[in-house]
Amino acid sequence: MGAEAYLFLAEWHGKKVVLKKRLPKKYRIPALDEQIRAYRTVHESQLMHEAKKAGVPTPTIFFVDVKNSTIVMEFVEGRQLKQLLKDVSEDDRWQLCHKIGELIGKLHRYGIVHGDLTTSNMIQAPDGKIFFVDFGLSEKTMELEARGVDLHLMKRALQSTHFQYAEKCFNAIIEGYKSVLGIDEVKNVLDKIREIERRGRYIAERRSE
Amino acid sequence: MKHGKTGEGYCLGVESTADDFSVGIATFSGEILANVIDAYVPPEGGIHPREAAQHHAEVADKVIEEAFKTAGIKPKDLTVIAFSQGPGLGPCLRTGATVARALASYLHVPLVGVNHCIAHIEIGKLKTGAVDPVTLYVSGGNTIVAAFDAGRYRVFGETLDIALGNCLDVFAREAGLKQRPGEPFGAVVERFAKNGNVFVPLPYAVKGMDMSFSGLLTAAIKAFKKGEYRLEDLCYSLQETAFSMVVEVTERALAHTEKKEVLLTGGVAANKRLQEMVRSIAEEHNTRFCTVPSEYAVDNGAMIAWTGVLAFTHGIITPLEESFVRLRWRIEEVEVPWVK
Repeated sequence: MGAEAYLFLAEWHGKKVVLKKRLPKKYRIPALDEQIRAYRTVHESQLMHEAKKAGVPTPTIFFVDVKNSTIVMEFVEGRQLKQLLKDVSEDDRWQLCHKIGELIGKLHRYGIVHGDLTTSNMIQAPDGKIFFVDFGLSEKTMELEARGVDLHLMKRALQSTHFQYAEKCFNAIIEGYKSVLGIDEVKNVLDKIREIERRGRYIAERRSE
Repeated sequence: MKHGKTGEGYCLGVESTADDFSVGIATFSGEILANVIDAYVPPEGGIHPREAAQHHAEVADKVIEEAFKTAGIKPKDLTVIAFSQGPGLGPCLRTGATVARALASYLHVPLVGVNHCIAHIEIGKLKTGAVDPVTLYVSGGNTIVAAFDAGRYRVFGETLDIALGNCLDVFAREAGLKQRPGEPFGAVVERFAKNGNVFVPLPYAVKGMDMSFSGLLTAAIKAFKKGEYRLEDLCYSLQETAFSMVVEVTERALAHTEKKEVLLTGGVAANKRLQEMVRSIAEEHNTRFCTVPSEYAVDNGAMIAWTGVLAFTHGIITPLEESFVRLRWRIEEVEVPWVK
């Protein structure tokens, strides 16, 4: 369970659902707290819906309660990629990461950046479909900068949770991304990632150039 | 291994990454015998690296002498010399490194290059008794959320552009805030913020686990120049927005790692409002809140000396030819065999 919102399993009109509720944070002043929670609740619901249009499976939204900053959404049964990647063979891992790359490519092609791409935010359903969840930090944008940051964060997330095979996973993701967006777009975004890393704070990458 | 007359080993640490030149002396059992800090105060504006380095060179012998005097030991008692090898400002780092190399060669003792950010974490652990914390390190030059995992400290979140302390400092200067003698700019912002109560919305930029403060700074300066808001309210809003960002990321790192301690350190750690916010998430996650005493939270030589002890006693020494400074040395590049 993450820190930002609480997820509850519940039943809603006979359906098994997830309630995602953003609770007030005591450390934030109410004015800022309410602003952040309301914004993220509305925004997340909208973008989860938009992502579907882009061809990326996301839990279906049933109801949005802005006043209580709660989203009622479909419960997706399946396994988190965070665990799955640790349990599968190298080939399967490559396939999974390729698929993740395709999905990120579809999101970006449609003008959405996820904003928090980690393997904890991806669930594989029993039919093999990979669902993206937690669009709380997503944005609608076509900017190369935003796409670069999105993929850069994915890379960072892999390095912190799957550092033994982070590089292979990221390469597979880029391959998948390329199969959707084409080689030119990939070249641009990879250049962008390098530029982001070069801004000074990611010197290991800088030195390897 | 050379030891002092009591059988105890001593490490002298030189810190000079930015505006402070500091020398600390630590025993191998973790006692800090001296921690002398001499800060460079620019006549106006921010830190000019070359002028700060000039200051360091001028005060070095005096600071070293005072450290020995406070510690009550002689140079020949030293077992090892540690220095801050990076990250930091080039001219400042080079001055400290030169001092350390000279001392080590003269005394024929080994040299250990220490990562400045790791030193902040290690002295924090030593002084608060924290064992395995999530660390929020916020200063004028760094904004990092880190925790130990698999042999190294890993960065969970950090700034994508300027540091939090830098954001506060530059705003204070742009807004013409006046420091009282010895008062850092961050403390001036804190003083004004205390009398603010109207929240002015400013850009809140958390991207994944990383943060950005440059847009926030620009927006705050613009709001100031419009002249529609009280300076107190702007300081209040700037603090609330910036601190909420670092605290959000820290909380997420706590939730992710499930560690049982949170350590707040760096120059900005002195801010009472930030302490209150970090304490709040610590309580919510049943985590011990540890805040580092001010003289060990700011840049200081003691932390370099202590981290030098940890490294040296685990077989790490830095040969002279590898003692070049590393301006952008990231913490996850460093193995920390002393942490289990």
